[in-house]
Amino acid sequence: MVEPRAKQKLIVIGNGMVGHHFLEQLAARPENALFEVTVFCAEPRPAYDRVHLSEYFAGRSADDLALGRIDQYRDWGYDLLLNDAAVSIDREKRTVTSASGVEKTYDRLILATGSYPFVPPIPGHEHGKCFVYRTLEDLDAIRAASENATTGVVVGGGLLGLEAANALKELGLEAHVVEFAPGLMGIQLDEGGSGLLKDKIEDLGVTVHTSTATELIEEVDSGRLRMQFKDDRELVTDLIVFSAGIRPEDKLAQAAGLQLGERGGIVIDESCRTSDGNIFAIGECALYENFIYGLVAPGYTMARNVVSLLCGEEASFTGADMSTKLKLLGVEVGSIGDAHGRAEGAAAITFVDEQSGIYKRIITDGDGRKLLGAVLVGDTGDYDQLLQYHLNDIDLPEHPEQLILPAADGDAPTLGAGALPATATICSCHNVSKGQIVDVVQGGCCSLGEVKDVTRASTGCGGCSALLKNVVDEELAALGMEVNNHLCAHFEFTRQELFHIVQVEEIRTFEDLLQKHGSGRGCEICKPTVASILASLWNDHIHHRPHVGLQDTNDTFMANMQKNGSYSVVPRVPGGEITPDKLIVLGQVAKKYDLYTKITGGQRVDLFGARLEQLPEIWRELIEAGFETGHAYGKSLRTVKSCVGSTWCRFGVQDSVAMALHIENRYKGLRSPHKIKMAVSGCTRECAEAQSKDVGVIATENGWNLFVCGNGGMRPRHADLFATDLDDETLVRYIDRFLMFYVRTADKLQRTSVWLENLEGGLDYLREVIIDDKLGLGEELEVQMANVVGTYQCEWKTAINDPEMLKRFRQFVNTDEPDEKIVFVEERGQPRPAREEEVVKIAEPA
Amino acid sequence: MTEVAITPTPWQPVCQRSDLVADSGVCVLVGDVSAAGPLAPRRSIALFFIPHAEQQLYAIDNWDPIAGAGVIARGIIAEVDGELTVASPLYKQHFRLRDGQCLEDPGIRLDTFAAAFDGDTVVIASMPDSP
Repeated sequence: MVEPRAKQKLIVIGNGMVGHHFLEQLAARPENALFEVTVFCAEPRPAYDRVHLSEYFAGRSADDLALGRIDQYRDWGYDLLLNDAAVSIDREKRTVTSASGVEKTYDRLILATGSYPFVPPIPGHEHGKCFVYRTLEDLDAIRAASENATTGVVVGGGLLGLEAANALKELGLEAHVVEFAPGLMGIQLDEGGSGLLKDKIEDLGVTVHTSTATELIEEVDSGRLRMQFKDDRELVTDLIVFSAGIRPEDKLAQAAGLQLGERGGIVIDESCRTSDGNIFAIGECALYENFIYGLVAPGYTMARNVVSLLCGEEASFTGADMSTKLKLLGVEVGSIGDAHGRAEGAAAITFVDEQSGIYKRIITDGDGRKLLGAVLVGDTGDYDQLLQYHLNDIDLPEHPEQLILPAADGDAPTLGAGALPATATICSCHNVSKGQIVDVVQGGCCSLGEVKDVTRASTGCGGCSALLKNVVDEELAALGMEVNNHLCAHFEFTRQELFHIVQVEEIRTFEDLLQKHGSGRGCEICKPTVASILASLWNDHIHHRPHVGLQDTNDTFMANMQKNGSYSVVPRVPGGEITPDKLIVLGQVAKKYDLYTKITGGQRVDLFGARLEQLPEIWRELIEAGFETGHAYGKSLRTVKSCVGSTWCRFGVQDSVAMALHIENRYKGLRSPHKIKMAVSGCTRECAEAQSKDVGVIATENGWNLFVCGNGGMRPRHADLFATDLDDETLVRYIDRFLMFYVRTADKLQRTSVWLENLEGGLDYLREVIIDDKLGLGEELEVQMANVVGTYQCEWKTAINDPEMLKRFRQFVNTDEPDEKIVFVEERGQPRPAREEEVVKIAEPA
Repeated sequence: MTEVAITPTPWQPVCQRSDLVADSGVCVLVGDVSAAGPLAPRRSIALFFIPHAEQQLYAIDNWDPIAGAGVIARGIIAEVDGELTVASPLYKQHFRLRDGQCLEDPGIRLDTFAAAFDGDTVVIASMPDSP
């Protein structure tokens, strides 16, 4: 008989992004059950997103940046030791000992210790006002030091250094960058590119000192720091941040006698094994062919490979592409492959537009047939295409310069998705190849959204969204499937096109639109969609005669149908603020009509179990007490949730309740492609959970930060920070424009989150439209919104005063009897719908 | 009217023309409302009035067997492949108005009844159409 196999003991040292990715990948496999996993983490919290560390200063909290959660690790069955660094490895005994004295045995050990910031040994560098930029604790310390400061200096003009400079700027400091080398971002950019980057960054108010070596740092009388440079210049500052590169964290490996590189780094082979076969190293601590891969994507690749190896599969790491595209201080920068043209025989083509501040350079092989590298500053629009040429070794067109020249008449050669080989990586965040995308399309996924759901492509940074769409469209076309965005069989238009038609031709009824632009008699898809468009534009009462047959039942009866055909009633409670008297009325009404009562997530009270014929009477009582309809039944604004704000809370910095009331009262009644939720928080603690809403507003010392396109529910999406420190008026103007732009351009039943994901150009484009008014639509959107706001009516108030409308609220038009099929039983002191077997029991008297 | 008389004729009056809502549905209760006689069981029936269609009036069982609720009258009238249907408001299955057939589930068909105007009175057949 075979003994059950003992679990293999796995220890992971380090819980940064790569260490976390390793665990996440392992946990997703069935083989996870075969391992007993211990994780040592030196920091006080599980892994977080260091790539977006700077956003910590822009309002994102430690929780927002978190990648791993303690309970998640528990669910995976992993033992996570936080705040307990591993201090020694005994390779003979195969044990790891931690700072607190915990000793654990391993069969396999994974080193994911990452790197530490390099601090040049300048005399004075250990002063208390000198910082590094690596962990949340570092950022907290920088923030604290910035409070009474006016000036900050970053030493190091690389990628991270410029991020740090941006952070200092956001903290309100006058920022300087001191770089030893002659140019910024020397690794990624050539001279021309880095020169332009310097100009652009200086335009933004950051002073750049290149070719500048610091000799000495000393405190001067005022408690400030004086930096003495080699050329006798000097600079006085309040604080210094070192960001002069990273060094692999290899001390533990060194002490354990593992082979290191000459300049540090734990030497690994193609299977990420160190010189000890039982020990693997992944991420920035690992040295492969004398190179440290200081980006997260290659680290993730290493992590995935080791998981595969541990599960008995084959995998090898043979280096990774280090191309990058990013935005530094608002300046677009891209670097691909051999950016410096170091390869033998390399030839370069350069395009410079000094007027617009754009620099583009491509490096080709001697024959001009292959793309070896590229540098883009000021405009990275060509990045994706160039990267595909480079990564897939695709032959360049006859005149490769056309790839970077501005298109005279918009007919620049574009690389069709068809030209890419199946192995081409489309999404590098989630490592999705063109072949995988083609497979899922052939397997039956017929829309971009479905492909994203299944493959996760384009759900990371989103940079590949346009390319992904091309691949999907082309594959659908290849399969002979028409890429059909028609609303339904009755209208050969998208919702967006129909909206435009209705607006321009001032069409007022469904019948009219169907006659002029549709066919047939309409269906349950186009009728409510058109009703919503008509409401967004003209805002007639939804019971206005021509619109009656168009509404879903919830809109028709202005209540939410529940499973047994009864309805729930939700009066509006703006901002969640309610007087005791009104609260009592809700209780009285619920009691009188025997309604099940529940508090909603949107800070309102939901009353369940109303029969159709009871709705008008219930509303008559609610309206008399001063309530209005809550539109819980409509594709429209639901609630604006708020925290109590500065009026009561000792942490609040603005009156969040007043703002919530203002925007709820402004946008109530707005009909939209889908429901809309909003929230306002009075401080950065974010008790109103605004970042999970379509529109989230968070108070700052200086005004309001606006977040957009968040979502809870089935597919949660964290809202994006859209604009910061807005005054009341600007805030409302942006929300006006944002909402109307969404209403005009979204697909049917598309939430803002999915809308944004499918919006070409993404968040940047949305900012251009809303903030920079790139399309010149701003005023029109505001006027449209003003019309909706100005024509608001409480639909229930109108209905209860209109005998014709009230006729609809009859269960039977030929008798006043109630529907005997609707039966309630009591549970926990309240009614609930009877289940099928319970109904039978009631029907048969004992 | 609050009570429906059961007549021996195949037609029974159920409501007035003015009770109907154009391009939408209403619900009537038919059968032995006083529960005294054996003639016909009580049931609720959805009436759809589509003024511009060839057949203006449809009567179909109001009970949605998939949802287990009497809600068919509150569905949207939807044309599918040239046929008029009602989409149930709860789980959105389509039921063909002319014969009650559920388009999503061949095994489900709702009873339908002949319906007509007798002057301003709406009358429907006492017995459902045979399938």
